[in-house]
Amino acid sequence: MQREGQIRIPSGCAISGIFNKSGTRMSGESIIESISVMHDRSNGLGGGFAAYGIYPEYKDHYAFHIFYDTVSAKKECEEFLERHFDIINLSKIPTRKTKKITDEPLIWRYFVSPLPTKLVDSQLDEREFTAKCVFRVNTKIDGAYVFSSGKNMGVFKAVGFPEDVGRFYRLEEYEGYCFTAHGRYPTNTPGWWGGAHPFALLDYSVVHNGEISSYDANRRAIEMYGYKCTLQTDTEVITYIIDYLHRKKGLTLAEIASVIAAPFWQTIEHMAPEKRETHEYLRIMFSAQLITGPFSILVGFEGGLMALNDRLKLRSMVVGEKDDIVYIASEEAAIRIIEPTLDTVWSPKGGQPVIVCLNGGEA
Amino acid sequence: MAVNFLYPDYEVARNYDKCIVCRACERQCANEVHEYLADANKMVCDDAKCVNCHRCVSLCPTRALKIVKSGNIYKENTNWSGKTINELYRQAGSGGVLLSSMGNPENYPVYFDKILVNASQVTNPSIDPLREPMETRVFLGAKPQCIERDGDGRIKNNLPPQLSLSMPVMFSAMSYGSISYNAHESLARAAEELGILYNTGEGGLHEDFYRYGGNTVVQVASGRFGVHSEYLNSGAAIEIKMGQGAKPGIGGHLPGAKIVGDISRTRMIPEGSDAISPAPHHDIYSIEDLRQLVYSLKEATDYKKPVIVKIAAVHNVAVIASGIARSGADIIAIDGFRGGTGAAPTRIRDHVGIPIELALAGVDKRLRDEGIRDNVSIVVGGSIRSSADIVKAVALGADCVYIASAALLALGCHLCRSCHAGKCNWGIATQIPELVKRLNPEIGYKRLVNLLTAWRHEIKEMMGGMGINSIESLKGNRLMLRGVGLNEKELEILGIKHAGE
Repeated sequence: MQREGQIRIPSGCAISGIFNKSGTRMSGESIIESISVMHDRSNGLGGGFAAYGIYPEYKDHYAFHIFYDTVSAKKECEEFLERHFDIINLSKIPTRKTKKITDEPLIWRYFVSPLPTKLVDSQLDEREFTAKCVFRVNTKIDGAYVFSSGKNMGVFKAVGFPEDVGRFYRLEEYEGYCFTAHGRYPTNTPGWWGGAHPFALLDYSVVHNGEISSYDANRRAIEMYGYKCTLQTDTEVITYIIDYLHRKKGLTLAEIASVIAAPFWQTIEHMAPEKRETHEYLRIMFSAQLITGPFSILVGFEGGLMALNDRLKLRSMVVGEKDDIVYIASEEAAIRIIEPTLDTVWSPKGGQPVIVCLNGGEA
Repeated sequence: MAVNFLYPDYEVARNYDKCIVCRACERQCANEVHEYLADANKMVCDDAKCVNCHRCVSLCPTRALKIVKSGNIYKENTNWSGKTINELYRQAGSGGVLLSSMGNPENYPVYFDKILVNASQVTNPSIDPLREPMETRVFLGAKPQCIERDGDGRIKNNLPPQLSLSMPVMFSAMSYGSISYNAHESLARAAEELGILYNTGEGGLHEDFYRYGGNTVVQVASGRFGVHSEYLNSGAAIEIKMGQGAKPGIGGHLPGAKIVGDISRTRMIPEGSDAISPAPHHDIYSIEDLRQLVYSLKEATDYKKPVIVKIAAVHNVAVIASGIARSGADIIAIDGFRGGTGAAPTRIRDHVGIPIELALAGVDKRLRDEGIRDNVSIVVGGSIRSSADIVKAVALGADCVYIASAALLALGCHLCRSCHAGKCNWGIATQIPELVKRLNPEIGYKRLVNLLTAWRHEIKEMMGGMGINSIESLKGNRLMLRGVGLNEKELEILGIKHAGE
């Protein structure tokens, strides 16, 4: 049977996110509880979390989380990392044995910084250098897969129900200001851990519920800009689009929302002239980054979180707020279970981004 | 010599029980097929003169006429077909090059007919275009590498000139001269009403049609007929015609008989003189020369018009397109070997060039591999026959399609492929005033509008079925296509999977 990456597998899903605008770090317990309420929205074939602010002691170093199928893949990958990075620390990622999560690969974590000489030689900025190295490992080293590569953040994912994945990774022992979670309902059995969500590149992470109809248009366009889609999943291509528009093209997150869930032309026509011109420009300039078909996504990034629905709102998504904490989930129940008394609760419209940042920050 | 006798391919079958001897057929046929025998009060016909244009069939009030394939055959021979034998006899008799019109009719694969389109089931909802917005608007033009912001952080509009179309279709180049004034008027008015563009072809622009300039592509071909500053500035875009799918590698030839009156004035050549376009542009012998013409035209129009470079789909079309994408052109138009023409040497029409589906797939892939797909938009033609062909072309990677034969069919053309004779009974490919007036532009333009309105509905339905509500998300979306009955190599070139995969 073909595994993820060799074939495109559509999937339905559940997503949940918690963001503390004050920057106060929270335990991972709540996000596990939240996503577990939506158990029936996943089918045990993938679950995962992204957590921000969890590595303050290494906040200036890239935290690589890597799956290895074999010891030889680990050896080859570590040699590559040593040639390109200063490895500050390395260890197995702590896990808890559970019967519900089996067949785990070797799971390692490295805190690294690019070697200054290599970086200068490459004529790239630090982030581009790091991203390129991640692509190198994922496409060239058989059996090695970097699934998390940001600073002061980490992705934890596996094949299984999300609440079991959370326990497996001992997520309750981590503390962060932002968590996102994903439960997957693929229509096939990939049985590969790399295919689970979130999908991440540098500090961008995406959890996604939906199946985008523009997939191959988006994929072929983004691959022209040096990205390599190895998983054939929506989430992977969405992550690259966001990285491309945000990091490489310098768009704001609100502008990115206007690209990937662009307003309809009939809406743009009725906008005030200045706004209209900007939206026309974004649609023409980035037409290949428009995403159609159902999606609800949570985009994590350093210091912030963006939630966005497709422009027809073909997937559910609810936002709740209580003091400094913002909750976003596929179902309101997943919010109420951890915070029964909300100040506000509402459903964003299709294409209407919800962007939250640490107090004093902006996206 | 008896060997010169060629039995007609088609016969006019008249049902004498139905014929009321109204002589309409006689009046309608410019080829003088029908004749009235007063003594017998009977219509007779000479099948040998019939081009099978169906004018008489369509206008016979009692449906007494039909055209049937003649039963006369040579001794069966798969190597020497009847058509091959007849053509040989004609050349032995005349010593001339065989001429044909319209697109290649031979039995080559039509890849569009071996590609199937996807639809959503369960995991992803289809979208109903009657209830939800469904966008078919496209913009053609180059895209800049970087975005720029002003002092306030607002994005500056640094886009080069763009063409805005309500749907991904334009009327392809057909010159005034090769087709009639009324045909041109029909196309121009339809383009205006539809919010798309039509194309002057290489014959210049009649002064009456300058008012449709915003919906006009003005063409600059190797003969440079009718090209002057006002002409260049009158259109929405300028097209440099390097080649044509029906006759790659050669120029055009409009016989002096058609260079009359307004046509002579519009082309800026004397009445009665043959309008012969050279095979190459004599100022373009290489890619760097093309760049100079592109920028000459941009200088002449103050960089306000996108420049289209049109080429025929030939074997190395992908690398040629790559060169054009780096030469300052905003749009590349590729014309497949089934594209139509008012006249072409038969051997060239039927044996030179490649199918547009393969050319398009190859060009789109090549430009992406080189990272220059954003430099240009791609328009494909030759031959696009239906909305399904458009959906497939866009999914293969086209920004837009060109249609011409389909537009002429909407105006009444019955594909008799005799345009070069200049006696089009439908008033399209002729300059004979009595014939031209048979095409009423008031009706003609409405039929064109109808055709594309219908196609637009169908495109929306197919997009909705795929769960796509904007045409840009279909562009290059090859996962939405599957091949049937194609071999591995064909699938590889098209960049699609086989049905069932």
